[in-house]
Amino acid sequence: MKFRPFNTMLTLAALALSAAPHIAAAQSTVKVDGSSTVFPITEAVAEEFQIQKRGKVRVTVGIAGTGGGFKRFCRGEIDISDASRPILAAEMQACAAAGIKYIELPVAYDALTVVVNPKATWVDQITVAELKKMWEPAAQGKITRWNQVNPKWPNAPLKLFGPGADSGTFDYFTEAINGKSKSSRGDFTASEDDNVLVQGVEADANALAYFGYAYYAPNAARMKALKVVNAKGQAVLPSAAGVLDGSYEPLSRPLFIYVNAASVAKPEVREFVEFYLTKGPALVTEVKYVPLSAEAYKIASANFKAGKTGTGFGGVPEVGLKVEELLKREGKH
Amino acid sequence: MAAATGVVSEQLRRDVQRRKLFDQLFVLLGMTVMFAALATLAILFLDLVRDGAARFGWDFFTSFPSRNAQRAGILSAWVGTSLVMLVTVAVAMPIGVAAAIYLEEYAPKNWFTAVIEINVTNLAGVPSIIYGLLALGLFVYQFNLGHSIAAAGLTLSLLILPIVIVATREALRAVPRSIREAAYALGATHWEVTAHHVLPYSTGGILTGMIIGLSRAIGETAPIITIGALAFIAFLPTPPLSAEFPYVNFTWLSDPFTVMPIQMFNWVSRPDPEFQVNAAAAGAILLGMTLLMNGIAIYVRYRYRKKINW
Repeated sequence: MKFRPFNTMLTLAALALSAAPHIAAAQSTVKVDGSSTVFPITEAVAEEFQIQKRGKVRVTVGIAGTGGGFKRFCRGEIDISDASRPILAAEMQACAAAGIKYIELPVAYDALTVVVNPKATWVDQITVAELKKMWEPAAQGKITRWNQVNPKWPNAPLKLFGPGADSGTFDYFTEAINGKSKSSRGDFTASEDDNVLVQGVEADANALAYFGYAYYAPNAARMKALKVVNAKGQAVLPSAAGVLDGSYEPLSRPLFIYVNAASVAKPEVREFVEFYLTKGPALVTEVKYVPLSAEAYKIASANFKAGKTGTGFGGVPEVGLKVEELLKREGKH
Repeated sequence: MAAATGVVSEQLRRDVQRRKLFDQLFVLLGMTVMFAALATLAILFLDLVRDGAARFGWDFFTSFPSRNAQRAGILSAWVGTSLVMLVTVAVAMPIGVAAAIYLEEYAPKNWFTAVIEINVTNLAGVPSIIYGLLALGLFVYQFNLGHSIAAAGLTLSLLILPIVIVATREALRAVPRSIREAAYALGATHWEVTAHHVLPYSTGGILTGMIIGLSRAIGETAPIITIGALAFIAFLPTPPLSAEFPYVNFTWLSDPFTVMPIQMFNWVSRPDPEFQVNAAAAGAILLGMTLLMNGIAIYVRYRYRKKINW
C-alpha cells in the first residue's frame, strides 16, 4: 500500500513555498475601505467602473467602518477611505505623522430618518427639542413614557432604538441633537445592524428609532417617518428635495471619500475618482441616498483636478454646513 | 432446595429485566437527543433553502456581487473560499501530519514533549479571533503578505492545526502494536515501519480529521475579517494555470479576496430586503459545502477501511 496523497500534498506545499518570494501584486488595483454607510455608493460606482474598464482595473471595497477605514488610510494601505463623517483631529495627526496628504470629497447626502411604528397615530412631526429630551444623557432612566416628552402624546412606554456607539450615524445624530458627539442616553436598544432597528420599530407600536434614509426607503410600508421641525419652524419630511434646499435640517449630513493625494498619480485611481464624481450622482439616487447639487460636484471635480488637499473641517464636526461652502474652504492638515 | 433456587432465579430475572428497561430507556433518551439535534439542523437548512429558493440557479454561482440583489451572485465568494481552503490544506496537512508522527512515533516522553502536547490540546480551544489578531501582526505586517489569500490560508491552517494533529495521533494510535512488531521483526527501520505500514493504515482517519478541520475553517468569519478580507470583490484572482510557460503561477496567492461567510454577513446587513434572500441562499450553499465535505470524509474513511486486510 502506497501513500500517494501525502506525496502530492508535500509536492504542493513545496511548490507553494518556492513561489512565496514571488508574492507581489501586479495588476492595477484601486483599494477602498471604510464606512458601511458609504459602502453601497462606492460599491455601485466600483461595479459600473469595472464593467466600463472590462476587467482591466480591479476595485476592492471593504467595510471596516469610518474609523477603521481612516486607520488603514493613514497607514497608507488603501487609496480611498469611505467616511460618513469628516476626518477627526486624531486621525489628521496620524495621517500627518505618516506623511499622508488627502483630498476631501463629499459625494452624497444622507438624511437621518426618525421613524415610528405606523400604529403611533399620535405623532407625525417632532421638534429638535423633543428629540433632545428623549435622547440626551439626562433622559437616562427618567424619560420612559411618550407623555413625558410632549403632554399631548399618550401615557405609553417609549421604546427607543438606535445605532451602536461605533457608528458614524450615532456620532452625527448626537452632535446634531444633543450638541455633542457621542453624548447620548445609554438605555436604548442599540445595534450596529440597522435591520435590527427596523425590526424593532416594526414589532412595537411604542417604538421610535433613527437611522439612515437608505434603511427607511425599502421598508417605508412597514413604518412611518416623522417630519422634523427645522429652525424656521417648518415640519419637513426626509426627502431629496428637503435635503438639497436645506430645509430638512439638522438631520441631513454629507458623506465623503478621502483620496490619498499620492495615489492620484496612479491613473486607475484618478480615473476611478473622476468616474465617481461624474457617474456617481445617478448611482447615488439608485442606492437611496441624495446626490449633491450639480454645482457641488463641479467644485469637487475642480478641487480634485487642482489636487487641493486637507479637510474643510479641521477635525471638528459641524452640523448644517453647506457642502458648496465647505468645498471652497481652505484645506487644513 | 429447588424452591430456593427458583426464588433466586426469579429475583435474578426481575433484576435483569429492570436493568434491561434502564438500558432501553437510555437508548431512547440518546435517540431523542440525537434526533432533536438533527431536526434542528434540518429545519435550519430547509428554512434557508426555502428563503433562498428564488436565487438558486446557475447565475447565482457565476455572477459577481452587485448593488442589484437579483443580479448579485457568489462567484468571487466561492472561488475565494475554495482557494483559501486549498492553501489551508497545503499548509496544515504536511505540518499537522508530520507533527503528529513525531509526537506519536518518535518523541521521547519527557517534560518538553508533555508541554507541547498540553499546548496542542489547549490551542484547539483558543477563540478564532485570537488567531486572526496573531495573523494580522505576523503574516499581514511582519511577513508582509498583505490582505491576501496566502495570509488567510495560513491563518486558517494555524486554526485547524491542533484539530489535524489530534486526529492524526488518534489515527496512528489505532494501528495495532502487532503490525509494528511484525515489521520490526522482518528488519524494517523505524521510518520504514512508519512510512510503509502505520501511515497507510491510518490514512482514512487522517483524512477524516483533515476534512473535519476544513469544515470548521470554511465557516470562520472573525479571523478572516481581522486580517482584512473585503466585502466587495467583483473580480477573480489570477488563474493558477496559464497557457505559457511555466503554466502554473502563484500570483493568486497575493490577490485580495472575499469568502462566503463575509459575503453573507454583508448581505444580511443590507437595507433592501431582497438581499436577505441572497444571504439565505448563500447560507444554504455554505451548509451544503460543509455537508458535502463531511460526506467525502465518510466515504474516504470507508474506502480506506475496506482496503485494510490485516
